[in-house]
Amino acid sequence: MTPTYYLLLSALLFSIGTVGVLVRRNAIVVFMCIELMLNAVNLSLVTFARVNGGLDGQVMAFFVMVVAAAEVVVGLAIIMSIFRARRSSSVDDANLLKY
Amino acid sequence: MSTAALAQAATDNGGPVGLSEAIAFWILGPMALAGALGMVFARNAVHSALWLALAMLNLGALYMAQQAPFLGFVQIIVYTGAVMMLFLFVLMLVGRDSSDSVVEAIKGQRLAAAVLGIGFVALMVGSLARALFSVTPIGLGAANGVPSGNVAALGRLLFTQYLFPFELTSALLITAALGAMLMTFPHTRTTAKSGQRATVEARLRGARVSPLPGPGVFATANSVATPALLPDGSVAPESLSEIIETVPPSAPAPLAPVDAHALVGADHAKSDRISSGEEAQP
Amino acid sequence: MSASLLATAVEQIPAATGVGAKAWLLVALPALSSAVLFLAGRRANTWGHLLGCASVVGAFAVGVALFAQALSAAPDQRTTELPLFSWISVGALHVDFALRLDPLSLAFVLLITGVGSLIHIYSIGYMAPHGQASGAGHSDPSRRRFFAQLNLFVTAMLLLVLGNNFVLLYLGWEGVGLASYLLIGFYQDRPSAATAAKKAFLMNRVGDVGLALAIFLLWTHLGTVQYSQVFARVGQLTPGVLFAVCALMLLGACGKSGQFPLQAWLPDAMEGPTPVSALIHAATMVTAGVYLVARCNPIYDASANGRLIVTLVGVITLLIGAIIGCAYDDIKKVLAYSTVSQIGYMMLGVGLGPAGYALGLMHLYTHGFFKAGLFLGAGSVMHGMNDDVDMRHYGGLRAYMPITFYTFLAGYLALIGFPFLSGYYSKDVIIEAAAAQPGWRGLVMGGAAMLAAGLTAFYMTRLVLMTFFGEKRWQNLRGVDGKEYHPHESPAVMTVPMIILAVGSVGAGFLLQLNHALASWLTPTVGELRESEGGLIPPSLVGVGTLLLSAAGVLIAYLLIGRRPTPVVRPEPVSWPVRAARRDLYANAINEALIARPGIWLCRALVYLDNKGVDGLVNGTAALLGGGSGQLRRLQTGFVRSYALGMLGGGVLIIAALLILRFGIQS
Repeated sequence: MTPTYYLLLSALLFSIGTVGVLVRRNAIVVFMCIELMLNAVNLSLVTFARVNGGLDGQVMAFFVMVVAAAEVVVGLAIIMSIFRARRSSSVDDANLLKY
Repeated sequence: MSTAALAQAATDNGGPVGLSEAIAFWILGPMALAGALGMVFARNAVHSALWLALAMLNLGALYMAQQAPFLGFVQIIVYTGAVMMLFLFVLMLVGRDSSDSVVEAIKGQRLAAAVLGIGFVALMVGSLARALFSVTPIGLGAANGVPSGNVAALGRLLFTQYLFPFELTSALLITAALGAMLMTFPHTRTTAKSGQRATVEARLRGARVSPLPGPGVFATANSVATPALLPDGSVAPESLSEIIETVPPSAPAPLAPVDAHALVGADHAKSDRISSGEEAQP
Repeated sequence: MSASLLATAVEQIPAATGVGAKAWLLVALPALSSAVLFLAGRRANTWGHLLGCASVVGAFAVGVALFAQALSAAPDQRTTELPLFSWISVGALHVDFALRLDPLSLAFVLLITGVGSLIHIYSIGYMAPHGQASGAGHSDPSRRRFFAQLNLFVTAMLLLVLGNNFVLLYLGWEGVGLASYLLIGFYQDRPSAATAAKKAFLMNRVGDVGLALAIFLLWTHLGTVQYSQVFARVGQLTPGVLFAVCALMLLGACGKSGQFPLQAWLPDAMEGPTPVSALIHAATMVTAGVYLVARCNPIYDASANGRLIVTLVGVITLLIGAIIGCAYDDIKKVLAYSTVSQIGYMMLGVGLGPAGYALGLMHLYTHGFFKAGLFLGAGSVMHGMNDDVDMRHYGGLRAYMPITFYTFLAGYLALIGFPFLSGYYSKDVIIEAAAAQPGWRGLVMGGAAMLAAGLTAFYMTRLVLMTFFGEKRWQNLRGVDGKEYHPHESPAVMTVPMIILAVGSVGAGFLLQLNHALASWLTPTVGELRESEGGLIPPSLVGVGTLLLSAAGVLIAYLLIGRRPTPVVRPEPVSWPVRAARRDLYANAINEALIARPGIWLCRALVYLDNKGVDGLVNGTAALLGGGSGQLRRLQTGFVRSYALGMLGGGVLIIAALLILRFGIQS
């Protein structure tokens, strides 16, 4: 067995997260799918660090986590504001900006 | 996972993946996959969050198995603990009862998403396939350094080579916190607060000089939801509260003479009668 | 540069000296007066007409002084030039604003300013409202406008005849066209006047294009537009170009002079005030075509075919004019067709070449007198008859307006060629010269001219009989405005010019032919008058025949009209020749069918093409883009997930492309 399996797992998780973003309508669930995609990338980074024998990949994963945390905070705040204005957390309901 | 395994992992000096790690991978990996799939397919958002927590826990364990114990613990503590709690908290606030409907609003969205997702996976697998058996990891033994270990090595990197990005993340976090506060703060007031002078002028020079009529609190009803009655018996609209559901005024019961006396007092009734009699005489 | 080189090649024309150096006053005086009258506004109402007259009289005085100076000089010293300033200097084209004073232009200057002065004075009375004929101290804004435009005309006409190059001639040519347009449409409240003005302008434009093309041709082949240089180098032109220049100039002359086939505008131009008809459309402007041919005599001398078409046009026109003149009842239109016919004689004269330039110009001169007099007389009659122009409403007027009658009679006799009056000397010599042409030409031209002379006698006699003799038909009629007719003699300000013109009608011909006075005067410009020989008809027979035919015309007119009561209403139906003549020999119908209708069809086709083709292309492109955008914007559904799907699709494509590049090429 080689670390490539980790990468395969990462690709699968990333794809599942992508499909989740596309098919789910609850904004919070969509957000969770994005988190899953970020985590999948983190797994790849950790694997690369191991394969290449350097800690840079892990540092990169660390920064991804920090940014993801900030993103979660802001994203959830946005969802809250939208919910307050529209009484709905469905991304399909926020569709006024169109043709 | 025991500390011995961790120490073993931390001192890994490369070579193919060992048997114990392979076993761990084949257990943890499918569980992470199951968590991801469960998150996507669960109709209830809370269930989705729990499935995601499962996937993240397993991912954290996988980090540790890959000689990244610090990231693994951060994953479990910060992600699975704090961030997922935040998710659940917001879910409880806004989206708890909203489970997605089965009907897809956008035509062809699900089919296209499935096709593209599978195509993406196929691409990835296709490109990784030739590396499936030929990669030999170098391992992090040298990078971590035997005496200090992974955490110390990461810290050294963060505070030397990656100091500037690290400081930048602090600014990012501060900004995010401020932004979240601003966006969630309930700023409902849309007009300027009126001062004392404005209030007085509105009262003395406004359309209505007298105070609004109070609710119809009479001996017959002690609820503020009872409207006041105008002299002709109709309801005074100003006395109605906008918030409280108003109790429709029941038809005023024909007052018995005795009750009327009881209300206004005998002297008043007498003088009333006299005055009306005087009026009737001429 | 080239101008100076060319100048050395041709004879040097001496610069004007003495009075000649003041020749610019000729143009400047009326121009200044016109500008003052146009710009001064109401302030000029009380004295505007006096200024207008004074300026033209002043110009006449300058003209007389110039004439006297030229007369005192030797014949070969009479041609001078007065360069004023360099007008256009573009590349090789160099045009001077210079006046050419030679016998021909001086003769025209005298005619224009002399007759012009008389008609200006006459207009003071004519343009005054009825009952206020003296004109002193009363103000009428339209009269000021009239004099401003009349002065403008005199300016342009003088420029036309005085310019020393073709471009200056063209400037004057267009200027008189503009003035003519303005004055024909002077009564702006009459739709017929507006239409007539437009018609005159448009038909003149056809001729002007011909003149412009002729000037272009001359410039292209000779590199100069100055008369002296062009005439000196006519020999360099190929016969084809020469004939083209002749034909195009003739087209210009036809347009301006109302010659066949562009004669239809001139009768309609009678919508203008009668002094305008007398000055512009009888005496001066319409003779500009004759002037053009006479001025370009070196060119026409070089082209026999060019001369031939001029004579042909003249013959056709003089016949047409005479025939139609017999059928009209409108006194001014009869005179207008008479003008057309007489200008036909002039064209015939100048078309004969060296044998006829002086004859045509002499007829032009005498015609200027008697036709102006006739028009002024007609104006006087109209003045006394509530502006009615229908001769059938006249009758027996000679007792009521004796001066008008006698002056009119003088003009009438001069026109029909009564012996020893003007027309006799000028018209009959043209007929004789035409008949003296060799071969069939003499026969046809002479015959046609003699026939037209008889017709002229007929229609003019008819006009005089219907107007001044017979029963007083107007007594039982009411005017258009419901008023009764009160014929009366016109005031002195009108009759005096008429008397002077009548004297000119009687005596001018005799004076001008005395010792060939005019012919020898014009010799430096148009060459020696040559007797043509070889005609099939003996010259003596021609003169007698013309007289006999004229007498026959008078007699027939007397028998047909003088001895029978004239119906007040135009008789219908009539025989086909009369019908045709009443409809201008179908000139308007032919123009309509040949030019106007196809033009309208062409315009409609082009409009259709523009609407459907060009606009269709443009609108189709716009509609295609608009429709495509309308469909394309449906992609903006507003659903975030759709956009995310698009992003994913793009990402997959990019990754696929990268992988293909990375691995596909290697394998």
